Amino acid sequence: MRVDWVTFWPRILEATGETITMVIFTLVFSSMIGIAMGLLFFVTRKGNILENKFIFSFLNILVNIVRPIPFIILLVALSPLTRAVMGTTIGTAAAVFPMTIAACFAVARIVENNLVSIDPGIIEAAQAMGASPLRIIFGVLIPEALGPLILGLTFVTVGLVDFSAMAGTVGGGGLGDLAMSYGYQRFDTSVMIVTVVILILLVQIAQFVGNFLSRVFLRR
Amino acid sequence: MITFDRVNKVFGFEGREVHAVKDVSLTIHQGEIFGIVGFSGAGKSTLLRLVNQLERPTSGKVIVNGLEISSISQQELRKLRRRIGMIFQSFNLFNSRTVYGNVAYPLKLAKKSKKEVDDRVKELLRFVGLEDKAGQYPEQLSGGQKQRVGIARALATSPEILICDEATSALDPETTEEILHLLKKVNEEYNITILLITHEMNVVRRICDRMAVMEKGQVIEQGSVYEIFTNPKSKTAKNFVSSLLNDKLSPKLLERIRRDHSGRIYRVIFTRDNSSEPILSLVAQKYQIVFSILYGSIHEFQDRLFGNLIVEFRGSDVEVDRVVEELKTMVEVREVTEHES
Repeated sequence: MRVDWVTFWPRILEATGETITMVIFTLVFSSMIGIAMGLLFFVTRKGNILENKFIFSFLNILVNIVRPIPFIILLVALSPLTRAVMGTTIGTAAAVFPMTIAACFAVARIVENNLVSIDPGIIEAAQAMGASPLRIIFGVLIPEALGPLILGLTFVTVGLVDFSAMAGTVGGGGLGDLAMSYGYQRFDTSVMIVTVVILILLVQIAQFVGNFLSRVFLRR
Repeated sequence: MITFDRVNKVFGFEGREVHAVKDVSLTIHQGEIFGIVGFSGAGKSTLLRLVNQLERPTSGKVIVNGLEISSISQQELRKLRRRIGMIFQSFNLFNSRTVYGNVAYPLKLAKKSKKEVDDRVKELLRFVGLEDKAGQYPEQLSGGQKQRVGIARALATSPEILICDEATSALDPETTEEILHLLKKVNEEYNITILLITHEMNVVRRICDRMAVMEKGQVIEQGSVYEIFTNPKSKTAKNFVSSLLNDKLSPKLLERIRRDHSGRIYRVIFTRDNSSEPILSLVAQKYQIVFSILYGSIHEFQDRLFGNLIVEFRGSDVEVDRVVEELKTMVEVREVTEHES
């Protein structure tokens, strides 16, 4: 059974909207949590401005536990928690929760990696000027790492489009859901092609915006 | 004024201990430029970082402007750090900030008003000669310009002390001269005490008043630059001095001199007050002998001259002996041997 394209376009549009919603909300929440975690990660490292072995080890173990879990498994495993927090496990809003959990750990690692690449001498210079740890974090670490950080977040965003497709299969909606249920399960290649083309376009746009912003902040 | 009183610093790396600073006692006076030389790994960098507590001493006292700093609170320490400017070998400028932003940063930390920040930044950029670069980013600057920004930034909060961590080691000789000139100007115009560490003897010779030589964590020699350059005692100090004065005869050169010159060869060292008098000529005339200068150099340290010459005296043994005896009453004279140090 082929879909009637005249009536099907609105569904495509709706699904595109759902995908964008999932990606943007997840990006916002996971960036906030992930950047905070990444900063904490970095400053509590051995020899750093707020060295704290306990916090560092705790975060390190946590990240290493969550990151290797395939997202599709995490999605299912987290569903009781998702229900407790969001009230339901079905729908776009409910999908944002597990996506955020999975993404914030990725963001944390990316933030940490970017901060490690800052010349320690720059941090030392700020300390020598009498900057407090908090001033160093917001006045030095974040501005110095912002360019590569934006590229890292762009990378995460592209990954989120992928996540959203998986979240779709367990009731999250979006383009992934459409591609799976019409294209894969009902062998309607045309739906598959259309959704894939839209996904490619979304990724292209995200990458373009990311590159643009990082160039603005890198000023190179 | 900075005083190190029997200071030790021990680093622990996975059970292995490194004694970076060993029992150092040193006083740097108000308003002077003090240089610490040593090979890399001698502990100079660690010693320097004890001044603003980027490193904490394992034992001993570090006293800065009358304050014993290992015992003060974090907040007091941050305040103290604003009174101690620091510049670095790799400049350590904030790449995300403009030249203006770099110099303004310490002022913002000190919670100065926008007007105060603006006035001070402009004044400092004028002082280091970079008014026209205010809007540029560090990556657009040359090494020498970057260090000028570093100096302006370090001076922003009007510190009494400036500490320099190999500040010219990444620069070419010409730029080094410029930066040293600027540091001298900082010392003279703002009366800022400067403590610098370096492995380049030239830096010490050009601008320092007093100096210390460090080796394996210890200060093995200290004194005025003139004293150490003209009369180094330790082997390391001698090496450093000869690296700059280049006053040693290589065995090959000595061999050639001996072949070409039949007379007796002496090293004559002029110091302090007699460098400008025609001692050699006068004595040679008196005893009717001939001399010729084969090799050597005359240097200036702290506005005083220091000459180190290899001289051949031609005449009978008795006459030459008399000449040498008379010269010895005025200057240092040593017969040149194959193994002279």
